Amino acid sequence: MTLEPVLELTNITKRFGDLVANDSISLSLGKGELLALLGENGAGKTTLMNILFGHYTADTGDVRAFGQLLPPGKPRAAIEAGIGMVHQHFTLAGNLSVLDNIMIGTEGLGHLRTARREAETKLKTLSERFGLQVNPNAFVSELSVGERQRVEILKALYRDARVLILDEPTAVLTRIEADQLFETLRDMTASGLSVIFISHKLGEVMAASNRVVILRGGRTVAERQTAKTDRAELAELMVGRRVVRPVRTDQEPGRDILTAKNVSVLEGGRKILDTIGFRVRAGEILGIIGVSGNGQAALGQLTSGLLAADSGTLSYDGHETKGFSPHMLVRAGTGRIPEDRNTEGAVGEMAIWENSVLERIRESRFSGNGFVKRAACRNYADELIERFDIRGATPDTGTRQLSGGNMQKMILGRNLASSPNLIIANQPTRGLDEGAIAAVHGELLEARKAGAAVLLISEDLDEVLALSDTIQAIFKGRLSAAVPAAQAESRAIGLMMAGIWEGENAA
Amino acid sequence: MEALDIFTSASLWGAVLRIATPLIFGTLGALICERSGVLNLGIEGIMTLGAMVAWMTVYQGADLWTGLFVAAVCGGMFGLLHAFLTVPLGLSQHVTGLGITLFASSLTYYIYRLALPVSSSPPTIEPFQPLAIPGLSDIPFIGEALFSQTAPTYLAIFAIVVTAYVFTRTPLGLAIRMTGENPHAVEAQGLNPVRIRIGTIVVGSALMAMGGAFLTTATFNSFFPTMVQGRGWVCIALVVFASWRPGKALLGALLFALFDAYQLRLQHVIDNAIPYQLFLMVPYVLSIVALVIMSRRARVPQALMAPYRKGER
Repeated sequence: MTLEPVLELTNITKRFGDLVANDSISLSLGKGELLALLGENGAGKTTLMNILFGHYTADTGDVRAFGQLLPPGKPRAAIEAGIGMVHQHFTLAGNLSVLDNIMIGTEGLGHLRTARREAETKLKTLSERFGLQVNPNAFVSELSVGERQRVEILKALYRDARVLILDEPTAVLTRIEADQLFETLRDMTASGLSVIFISHKLGEVMAASNRVVILRGGRTVAERQTAKTDRAELAELMVGRRVVRPVRTDQEPGRDILTAKNVSVLEGGRKILDTIGFRVRAGEILGIIGVSGNGQAALGQLTSGLLAADSGTLSYDGHETKGFSPHMLVRAGTGRIPEDRNTEGAVGEMAIWENSVLERIRESRFSGNGFVKRAACRNYADELIERFDIRGATPDTGTRQLSGGNMQKMILGRNLASSPNLIIANQPTRGLDEGAIAAVHGELLEARKAGAAVLLISEDLDEVLALSDTIQAIFKGRLSAAVPAAQAESRAIGLMMAGIWEGENAA
Repeated sequence: MEALDIFTSASLWGAVLRIATPLIFGTLGALICERSGVLNLGIEGIMTLGAMVAWMTVYQGADLWTGLFVAAVCGGMFGLLHAFLTVPLGLSQHVTGLGITLFASSLTYYIYRLALPVSSSPPTIEPFQPLAIPGLSDIPFIGEALFSQTAPTYLAIFAIVVTAYVFTRTPLGLAIRMTGENPHAVEAQGLNPVRIRIGTIVVGSALMAMGGAFLTTATFNSFFPTMVQGRGWVCIALVVFASWRPGKALLGALLFALFDAYQLRLQHVIDNAIPYQLFLMVPYVLSIVALVIMSRRARVPQALMAPYRKGER
C-alpha cells in the first residue's frame, strides 16, 4: 500500500446478542482509491460502515480518519472529519425540496436566518463539477430513484466530504443509472476523493473498483487488487465454497399451459400492456427480460389474477378467459412468486407455519370444521424447512426474521411442494446473494424437469439467458417476438431491451 | 335581505377576530407539534387547564399578563408529559393525547372545586380591554373591525408570523420540518430528533394553554368547566384544513370564526322560524365541508404519528 491512508479501521468487533456481526475487522482506505467491500447479505458489511459513521458503537477497536481518532457513536464527528455516507435506504424527506434536504443540519440551530441563496450557489457549483444534475427547488418526491441518489451524494459533498461511503448503491438503480454512477465515482476519485462502496454484485465490483476487500461471516477473508483477480475467485471467496449455478439441460416441451393472444390492459386510458402475446408450455421456461418499469408489474398481476385483460384472450390449460382470479389459480395448481416478497409474498408478522399454509388453508389436511389443524400445519412447515434448506428457521419463527434469501426459499417451497403445473416467477432473485440465487435457480429448473411451465420475469440478463428456453423482451408494455435461447446472444437481447427488435421499432 | 346585511356591519368583523383568537393559538400549537411529527390530542384538556389557571391566577390578585404566562407554563408542563410518553417511550399518540385531555380536564375541575367549594355563580375578574391602535383604529369600518382588539389577539397574529418565519427562514424551522418528514435524516446529520420533538410539543402546548386562557381573560370574565366546548378538536381539524401551514391556519381560524359570528347574528334576524340549535351546528358542518375540499391536496408530514426509535427503519 503506497497510497496515503485516509481512513483506518483497526480490530473492529461488534456483537448483537450472540451474533458476532464484526469479528476483529481491520481495513484501510487510501487517498483516491475506489474500494469495494464485497460480501453476501449478513456478512457484516453494513454493520461495519455504520460503526465507521457513528450510527453504532463498536465493542472494541477504533476508527481513524486522516490520522485523527474518531469518537465512537457520533455521526456529527464523522461528518466533520469529512466522511459522507449514502445509505441504502435514503434518508430524504419527499415533501421537502432538494435544497432543504441538502441543507439540513449544516447551519447552527440558533441562526436567525438561513443562507439559502449561498447554499444554492454552492450546490450548483458542486453539481456542475461532478456532473450530478438536479433541480434544487424540486420536491424530492418528484424525483426518480437515480436522482434521489444524486441528492444523497450531493448532500455528502456539500458537507465537504473527502471520503464517501455508499451502501449497496446500485440495488435500486437501472443498468444505465448504475453505469453513470460508477463513472461519477471514478471522476471523484480522480480528483482526490476516496470511495468505499458496499456490494454483493461481482460484475460491478470487477468493473468499477481498484481494490476489493471480501467479508464473510463478520471477518475479512481476503483482499485483492481488482486487476489481479477474477469473478470466479471473488465468488468463491465471498461464499466460502465453489458456487456453481445450475445448468439447464435440453428437454422437449409438452402441451400449452399458459398463452396470451393480443392482450391489452388499460390503466387510466393508457395501455400498460399493449397487444402482447406469449406461450409457455409444460416443461419450458419462458424468460421475459426488460428494464424495470416497462410493464413487468402489470404482466405479473395479469398472470397472478390481480388484473384482467381489457381486450384479447388468456388461456390456461386450454380454458379461455379475460382474467383469472387468485383463488382459481391456486386451485388449478399455480405457484406464484411475487415481485415484492415482503408485501405480497409473505406476512412478516406471522410465523413460518402460518405463511406456509396461507394459500392452502382450506384444504382438508390443514383445516376442518372451521378449525385450523395446527399440528398438521407445523409438520408441513417442518417439511418445507427441511426440503428447501430454509436456514435459521423453525415453524414458529417469525417470518420477518428470515433473511431475504431464506424468505424467498420459503415462498418458493410453499409453491413447489405441491407440484404446480405453472409457476409465475417475478424477479425471483432480486436482492439475493450468490448462494441463494443458485438455490432458487436450481429449484426452478427442478420444477421444469418435473413438467411445470415457468414464466420468468426478470431484469437480470444473465439469469434469463441461463434459465430460459425461450426469451421475449418487454419494452413500454409491448413484448417482442419469442427468441429461442439457443439463438439468443446478449448483444441482440440488449437491443431488444431498448425496444429495438426485428421488423419494427417499438420506441 | 337582512341576512346579508350582517356582513356589512363592522361589529361582525370585530367579533370574528375575537372568536378566532383562541382558535389561532390552539391551531398554531397543534400545528407546531404535528410539523415535528407528533399529534397532540391533549389540546382540549390543555385549553381547559389554561383557561382555569389564567383566571385563577388573576383572581388571586396577579395581573392579566401574569395569568397568561402562568397558563402557558402549565400548558408546557402538560406538553412535557405528553412528549415524555410519546417520544422517548414511543406510546400511541392518539391514546396518550386523549389521556392527557381527560387528565387535564379532570384536574382542572378538581382544583377549581377545591378552591371554590361553594359558589353558585362563578366569581369574575376584570378582563383585557380593547386596545385601540392609535391612528389605525380611527379608519372607518376597518378600524373598528381590525384595530380595536384586545392585546392577546394581536399577540396571536404576531405568533403566526413568527412561526411562519421560523419554519421557512431558519435552520431550526428546517430541522423541525425534517423531523416531521423523516427523523432518520435528521439523526444522520448529527441532530437529535428526540429533543426537537420534545421542544415543539412543549412550545405547542404552551400556545394551546394561552388559547384557553384567552377565553377567561378576554372573551369572558369568569371560568366554568365546560367553556372550551370542543374548540380543541376544531383546532385539530383546522391544522388539516391548513395543510400544516401557519398562514392557512390563520385563514382557517378566521373562516370558522366568521361562520360562528354570523350564525349568532343570524339567530336574531331569522328569529324563531328555525330552532337556534340548528344555527349552532352551522360552523361545524361548514368546517367539515371546507375540510373535505381543502385537505385533498394537503401534504401530510410523512412521519406524523410514527414513533422514532434510533437505528430502526
